[in-house]
Amino acid sequence: MRPARVILIGGGLAGLMATIRVAELGHAVDLFSVVPVRRSHSVCAQGGINAAKDLKGEGDSTWQHFDDTVYGGDFLQNQPLVKGMCDAAPGIIDLLDRMGVTFNRTAEGLLDFRRFGGTLFNRTAFAGATTGQQLLYALDEQVRLFEAQGRVRKFEGWMFVSAVLDEAGVCRGVCAANLRTAEVRTFPADAVIVATGGLGAVFRHSTNSMACTGSAQSALFQQGAYYANPEMIQVHPTAIPGEDKCRLISESVRGEGGRVWVPKTPGDTRDPRSIPENERYYFLEEWYPKYGNLVPRDVATRAIHKVVYEEGLGIDGKPTVYLDVTHLPREMLTRKLGGVLEIYEKFVGLDPRDHPMKVFPAQHYTMGGLWIDNEKQATNIPGLFAAGECEYQYHGANRLGANSLLSCIYGGMVVGKSSTQYTQGLSADSESTSSGVFESEKKRQEEIYARLRSQEGDQNPITIWKEMGELMTQYVTVTRKNKDLEAADGKLADLQERYKRINLADTERWGNQSLHFTRELSNMLVLARLITQGALLRDESRGAHYKPEFPERDDENWLRTTRAKYENGNFKFQLDPVDTSLITPRKRSYKS
Amino acid sequence: MAEGKTILIRIKRQAGPDQPARWEEFSLKWRPSMNVIACLIDIAENPVTTGGQKTTPVSYEANCLEEVCGACAMVINGRSRQACSALVDQLEQPIQIEPMSKFPLVRDLVVDRSKMFHNLKRMRCWVPVDGTYAIGPGPRIAPERQQVAYTLSRCIMCGNCLEVCPKVNEHSDFVGAAILNQVRLFNLHPTGAMHSHERLQAVRGIGGVQDCDNAQNCVKACPKSIPLTESNNDVNRQAIRDALIGWIFR
Repeated sequence: MRPARVILIGGGLAGLMATIRVAELGHAVDLFSVVPVRRSHSVCAQGGINAAKDLKGEGDSTWQHFDDTVYGGDFLQNQPLVKGMCDAAPGIIDLLDRMGVTFNRTAEGLLDFRRFGGTLFNRTAFAGATTGQQLLYALDEQVRLFEAQGRVRKFEGWMFVSAVLDEAGVCRGVCAANLRTAEVRTFPADAVIVATGGLGAVFRHSTNSMACTGSAQSALFQQGAYYANPEMIQVHPTAIPGEDKCRLISESVRGEGGRVWVPKTPGDTRDPRSIPENERYYFLEEWYPKYGNLVPRDVATRAIHKVVYEEGLGIDGKPTVYLDVTHLPREMLTRKLGGVLEIYEKFVGLDPRDHPMKVFPAQHYTMGGLWIDNEKQATNIPGLFAAGECEYQYHGANRLGANSLLSCIYGGMVVGKSSTQYTQGLSADSESTSSGVFESEKKRQEEIYARLRSQEGDQNPITIWKEMGELMTQYVTVTRKNKDLEAADGKLADLQERYKRINLADTERWGNQSLHFTRELSNMLVLARLITQGALLRDESRGAHYKPEFPERDDENWLRTTRAKYENGNFKFQLDPVDTSLITPRKRSYKS
Repeated sequence: MAEGKTILIRIKRQAGPDQPARWEEFSLKWRPSMNVIACLIDIAENPVTTGGQKTTPVSYEANCLEEVCGACAMVINGRSRQACSALVDQLEQPIQIEPMSKFPLVRDLVVDRSKMFHNLKRMRCWVPVDGTYAIGPGPRIAPERQQVAYTLSRCIMCGNCLEVCPKVNEHSDFVGAAILNQVRLFNLHPTGAMHSHERLQAVRGIGGVQDCDNAQNCVKACPKSIPLTESNNDVNRQAIRDALIGWIFR
């Protein structure tokens, strides 16, 4: 074995798992992250992680997990990787358990499991209601051990700006900017793995963290990496609307018995606790008797929109519904859901154990992402790999709850191995790549930064960001109409024009956050248009993508991956067949 | 609350570690459910002081905005806390914001807390595993013990407990309650406990548990209600016991 150097971009679950695998295989890792990795967005995942361990004697199986996942994704996934993930899941839970994750336990000291959306089985392992935090910490600690042994170097506070591609188009390293000093530097590597998460910032009000801008994916797309199913955006049914962000209220709340309802009388202003049972409309339970409150997220979100916007039954006439746990035992709520109920308590000021929560859907997850192949998580750029939310493989048109932590870890495992295998086949390692390609990439990026700093325009980056977010939230989330999408794309193009006249109000190099944010903003605008154009293209309804003009799923024309390629500022879409070799697509309905 | 209301906010600005500090005041438009982060975003959109002076957007650290990543710790109205959960309607005005004082300043409200992560390394805060392959289940753990461990493991490394600790200062290397709490956590895990001796050895070293003066400020400042004084005392007892055992069986 020839020891290689692998660069990891992103220190969330996928990035850390890949780091561990690469280091374990005896290769050196340089790990880049905009935040200290322990503060990555994976900490926000609340409810749990799926694995069909069948510890409750329900007859669950990894095949059933696979089937639920593919059905939940409305058959848009290439199936082999998904099957691999579901098969690996029980082993992944054991691994995390060995690493010290504080999973909830049964009386016998075994792992406890709970229900989640889109399945009828207790399949979700959990650590209170902060499972993502606990998982991230466990992996962070393993990486810290490797770091102490000198096998991993961390570059925290460095932002990826581009890949370094050689004359043959092979990825030979990355170009990154130091968030503190604004230094732009190139770093050579034999392989590069991106694990940069979702793109919630494109929608501005999202459940994502501020670092989830999608900038890296966008930069790579503009450098020639394919991007697949951009239109597949998950809107989570239950979040607390907020001025700075929407805070997630986990699906596990419903998994433990929480019920969604609105008063039957429009504009009913009574205290919810004084509204009698027979005057409450438990619309999810009524419409979907089998799955009830645990229908998949796309279904629940559309139902809430329907009850609010079509039936006019939002609480106080506003776009909110009740998520109610007041009927459940307090001790259980604290033990199993404490972390998430605390968020409501702190940010709204009411204890959900006594007061039904007021919630509404918010942008939550990016199913689409960088295109990767069917087995190695390799992008179309040789030497460039992707794992986690930033790629498109595992969730199709809709992700099931508690599958994201799993796909991040599984993807990290796959890519850790495949990327190092790739390095063994390299004839010339990155050391021998001509320094010219590094120099010219660095120069290109330095010029962009210099221009941003010195530019004297009349446009504020935050204003452009807000307007982009409003357009995306209004026209490109739950209900999509072609006329609106076309108009939105035009307005996004206008924002790109205005971006050219941007003014940072800060010309410093040191600690200039506007500078880096504005650099990312140009990439966000590209993604916004990509999502919008992808949505415009797909004339059907599938999973999270819903067009009232085309209300049915259309397998004949649209059982396809939309794969986009960047060409001189334009997007070229190609439709690829989906690998459905293991489960034949069938009609998706959660009614019975 | 009436619409059209304004928020007054004073922020301590400093362009860099060697630059002079100054205060700037901003007047912002009030909206429902605003927190300090929303104020900082507003300022970035219109960086003009109440005196009409153009200034730069304020530098600050933030990420998750739901008090689980630990990034946005700062001193608000004299209290070290997370800015995301500092709701404007619950704060006295003018809202006064300063960077944490116990960590090296970077710019404005950004400080460098990397020493906390470094100390996690020093104190060997991990459960070592043989490998990441499927080599069977983890140890069985009683639910009661899991509940204790889970409470400790919710620490977000915000550093508020260090900021309020009298023993964390330029004359001392005290690692602080957050780190000692992690030592307790890893010593509680069945596999982690196999390596407790090396952790306790580290804990008896420079800046270790003996530096704790039991001022108990830490536990009051913890946004996650972690029983930090209990952790300090527990680790102290463990460290003494470990030293005695080492001395007896030397």
